[in-house]
Amino acid sequence: MPFGNTHNVLKLKYASSEEYPDLSQHNNHMAKILTPAIYERLRSKETPSGFTLDDVIQTGIDNPGHPFIMTVGCVAGDEETYEVFKELLDPIIEDRHGGYKPTDKHKTDLNPDNLKGGDDLDPNYVISSRVRTGRSIRGFCLPPHCSRGERRGVEKMSVEALDSLSGDLKGKYYALKNMTDAEQQQLIDDHFLFDKPVSPLLLASGMARDWPDGRGIWHNDTKTFLVWVNEEDHLRVISMQKGGNMKEVFNRFCTGLTKIETLFKDKGTSFMWNEHLGYVLTCPSNLGTGLRAGVHVKIPNMSKHDKFEEVLKRLRLQKRGTGGVDTAAVGGTFDISNADRLGFSEVELVQMVVDGVKLLVEMEKKLEKGQSIDDLMPAQK
Amino acid sequence: MANNFGRILSSKRNVGILSLIGAGSLTAGFLLNREHVTAGAQARRVYPASAEYPDLRKHNNCMASHLTPAIYAKLVDKATPNGYSLDQAIQTGVDNPGHPFIKTVGMVAGDEESYEVFADLLDPVIKERHNGYDPQIMTHPTDLDSSKLTSGNFDERYVLSSRVRTGRSIRGLSLPPACTRAERREVERVVVDALAGLKGDLAGTYYSLTHMTDQEQQQLIDDHFLFDKPVSPLLTCSGMARDWPDARGIWHNNTKTFLIWINEEDHTRVISMEKGGNMKRVFDRFCTGLKEVERLIQEKGWEFMWNERLGYILTCPSNLGTGLRAGVHVNLPKLSKDPRFTKILDNLRLQKRGTGGVDTAAVGSTFDISNLDRLGQSEVQLVQTVVDGVNYLIDCEKKLEKGQDIKIPPPFKK
Repeated sequence: MPFGNTHNVLKLKYASSEEYPDLSQHNNHMAKILTPAIYERLRSKETPSGFTLDDVIQTGIDNPGHPFIMTVGCVAGDEETYEVFKELLDPIIEDRHGGYKPTDKHKTDLNPDNLKGGDDLDPNYVISSRVRTGRSIRGFCLPPHCSRGERRGVEKMSVEALDSLSGDLKGKYYALKNMTDAEQQQLIDDHFLFDKPVSPLLLASGMARDWPDGRGIWHNDTKTFLVWVNEEDHLRVISMQKGGNMKEVFNRFCTGLTKIETLFKDKGTSFMWNEHLGYVLTCPSNLGTGLRAGVHVKIPNMSKHDKFEEVLKRLRLQKRGTGGVDTAAVGGTFDISNADRLGFSEVELVQMVVDGVKLLVEMEKKLEKGQSIDDLMPAQK
Repeated sequence: MANNFGRILSSKRNVGILSLIGAGSLTAGFLLNREHVTAGAQARRVYPASAEYPDLRKHNNCMASHLTPAIYAKLVDKATPNGYSLDQAIQTGVDNPGHPFIKTVGMVAGDEESYEVFADLLDPVIKERHNGYDPQIMTHPTDLDSSKLTSGNFDERYVLSSRVRTGRSIRGLSLPPACTRAERREVERVVVDALAGLKGDLAGTYYSLTHMTDQEQQQLIDDHFLFDKPVSPLLTCSGMARDWPDARGIWHNNTKTFLIWINEEDHTRVISMEKGGNMKRVFDRFCTGLKEVERLIQEKGWEFMWNERLGYILTCPSNLGTGLRAGVHVNLPKLSKDPRFTKILDNLRLQKRGTGGVDTAAVGSTFDISNLDRLGQSEVQLVQTVVDGVNYLIDCEKKLEKGQDIKIPPPFKK
């Protein structure tokens, strides 16, 4: 109960209808699914660490949403949230993740050898390649709910694990509250530094409390493997490099993640994972793989083509501006990445990106020569 | 587990429960079978107070000045009967380190009992903020007899408007940082019900933020009555903006001289105001209105939060006592440029603000001048201070107009 929810018992003095939120102006997944009946059944429950239904949905109540963008509108405070509040979260997950059912099983595959190709994306078009995901440490509450002691515990454990990495993964940790001006400037120049969130979607969940205590950035010496500690999730793990060698990026990603997981197991814990939801993260939108694999790619002709959106949809890809989510593209250069997170394995998602981007570049080359792309149109994946 | 329930309500972290579960859970995660965990039983990873103590090295607010590790350790396991904890009370001060020049309070109350349960921290904070007022030994005088006010009519060539504001909390319901949606709605219901009973020049209408029409909204904006969802992180970090705009609204009388905000930073904020310099009439209406509202809620079995140690109880410790800010918008073109202006205000126990309110700059030479103090003096005393002080300032301005010299008044004695 990070703030304002008092003890859940106080609320039970009032009838459920008196506590039920006004969602008449709302457009998010939570507001679509929550009914007074579900609220009544779930409001007396708590996870073992004390996370309640109102804690789950507060961000969705405070942020009615947008007529065109459908936000999730709820968060998890710990691993058990997804069990205790199943009745609400399963339909939200189904809605958000393309019909993923409560009985479905999620496949995890972090074996980079299973990726076919991906080492030859044309660097004249593909400027950079990147894979990111998140991980949560089992036994600790998640950012909306953790205490300062827990957050520091997550930081300590993570830094210990990261400090023992070697070879091309060897690196250094920069705590947000201790970094020097010089270190800060370097991290900004490298585009590594993350700031206190300003989005009310994030703030309303309580994940920015006590900023910048317990937060920091770790990266390897070659600046190709980066870990954010205690931002929106316990850990965000990023592998990236200039050019089109997605295979190498994915290799390093899998190797790094597997090594870190082993280090945590040696300490008697592990990442939050189960065979239904895959990797468990704060936001239901990041369940499963939590993986976004993407490239910055120059496709000025393709992006103006009237079939661009249709092609992306069939390839199960999404476009963003090069500033990340909610930014616009600059000069025909787009961020192209997988649209899915749950229900496909890591290898399958990266394969979609590799194959899809290859096709987009082929199409771009054809359009440059004034040729048609009709015979290259893909089938729906 | 049932026997522990009462203890759990007043103890946020119960190490005893964890030892029942087994120390193995600390490292291996939760081994509990969920069905056997009853509501209220907390099986949370527990750290010693020293591991939870916030990092306040870059902080400059009253909470940070007084929260020692020892006080933190003493209070961190406590909670009010509603379940409000120390960590919740101080969250806003942890999240907002403050400013080198402005010292903010850095903590809030979640309910009336916060001021008792967390007295070891709140009392020194109150003492610092309220100029040495010691809640442990002093009592606060309440006096809403406006007939005692003298010389309350200002020269309207200088004073453009007069205003008195305060806040009131409904006893038995949690305060905005902690209240549930049902409690907030109950505050709205209790207050709107009472206001509907006001008559004569106090009769008025309620405009709920959720239901107002576009026209009503525009009128309220034009009247400068409409309040919006707070953006200041000082406020939002305390949790008082949750569920906005549910159960928030504005009530005002038909003549637009008596206005009440519901469920903004406090349960209610009560404002009496008029153009011109008739502070006496503004204060008369203020006192009459407050007493009428109090009578109307008492008829239904409710009362305001008040005690003789702290006066009227409000969300922010800075508003305890009277919660009263009496002020004018006054034009002082010559005096405001005089280098002695600040010292004169200090000695009169007055503060200046821009005409946009706290943290705004003055436009031209028109200032908002109001009382500095809130606690330790009565409403009548504070408004008299403003009246005497503003009359002094106008006198200085007139002297400067005639080329005469002015004096810095002696420091104010209570």
